[in-house]
Amino acid sequence: MSIQHHISEELLLDYATGQLSEGWRIAVATHLALCPSCRRRLAVMEMTGGALIAEPVDEEATQEAASDESASWESLRKRLAADRAQTPDAERPVKAKASSQAGQTVLPEPLRSYVGGDVDTVKWRPLGRGAYHLPIETDDGTARVRLLRIPAGKPVPEHGHRGRELTLVLSGSFHDGDDLFARGDFEEADETLQHQPIATDGEDCICLAVTDAPLKFRSWLVRAVQPIIGI
Amino acid sequence: MTKTTDTDPREEMAHLIGRIGSDGDMEAFEQVFRAFGPRVRAYMMRLVRDPQAAEELMQETMMTVWRKAAQFDAEKGNAATWIFTIARNLRIDSYRRSRRPDFDPNDPAFVPDADPTADQTMEARDDERRLHAALEELPPEQRRLLDLAFFDEASHSEIARRLDLPLGTVKSRIRLAFNRLRATLGDRS
Ligand SMILES: [Zn+2]
Ligand SMILES: [Zn+2]
Repeated sequence: MSIQHHISEELLLDYATGQLSEGWRIAVATHLALCPSCRRRLAVMEMTGGALIAEPVDEEATQEAASDESASWESLRKRLAADRAQTPDAERPVKAKASSQAGQTVLPEPLRSYVGGDVDTVKWRPLGRGAYHLPIETDDGTARVRLLRIPAGKPVPEHGHRGRELTLVLSGSFHDGDDLFARGDFEEADETLQHQPIATDGEDCICLAVTDAPLKFRSWLVRAVQPIIGI
Repeated sequence: MTKTTDTDPREEMAHLIGRIGSDGDMEAFEQVFRAFGPRVRAYMMRLVRDPQAAEELMQETMMTVWRKAAQFDAEKGNAATWIFTIARNLRIDSYRRSRRPDFDPNDPAFVPDADPTADQTMEARDDERRLHAALEELPPEQRRLLDLAFFDEASHSEIARRLDLPLGTVKSRIRLAFNRLRATLGDRS
């Protein structure tokens, strides 16, 4: 079955214009790996960026920046000459191994490299009530990224969000109200949305969840009461 | 429908980048630099607000154009789009020290496009031309929002604040703008 739930215009534009930070980017980029139709929407946005950048520059900005185009070209030429003397081959990122059988890979890039392998290598940590998770490390202080494994027929645990939440289904499926979310489906929720996702019977549901990171407080005192007062 | 000719400046740029890729053609590179350098610098300037940093990021962008020119498909590639994505990625990398996760078309789990159409070359050329025309015809208030989103990296709520508009209005105008652009390309929205 094809993907039914896609990335919102707002989130996709943030990706296209380069405004999404690392944690949120992982979810969007992983959906894009699975979804040709969102890639086409992205392509149109990037084409728009190209068309805008091809417009004549506004005078003000030009005057403030280097006024002498030739000097700029000369310095670029020098850098180029130096660059050609070196080996130009940029290092390729190391890709985490896919499963042995092709076509069986559950975690697409870029997610798989963050996890360090496909789902069969995940060292799940129990969350209670049969659910598991795997926290994923990023340098993004604004987002908490993790894989969740929800047992078949059970609701998503410790739920309730105060900010934005992105969920991408990787295997199995869940129901949220009348909507069914299966592999590739993308759900965006914020504090205005009350929902109770429940994994479909018969198969555990594995999904990627990105949420706002809990607020970080400098004071140890505030940190100490944070879990109690619930901020 | 009008036929694209060799004098089309957009097609011309694609051919120049093709020549850089195949022959390391310095003259072609200078022409691309003269056409895009100031624009890329202005793009960087809107974000970093520092002429030297903007110049540096522009040069880095043009260096990348040179290095990766062989990967550019001159037959069906859109030069402006390609340069935009290079500049955007460098801009992201310059102020975020973290990784920039992206999808990988060579990944076994990657789901490829359903039907790559027969005449992609003509289609890509047409897309570029139509999109330019559609942008020209966009209502100014929609056009302004796109400009802010792409050049100032303003979020939807930031745009709403700056233009003193309700957030819902910003979101719906942006949606309208892209619906319109996609419609000109024959995409369903
Ligand atoms: Zn999609
Ligand atoms: Zn939720």
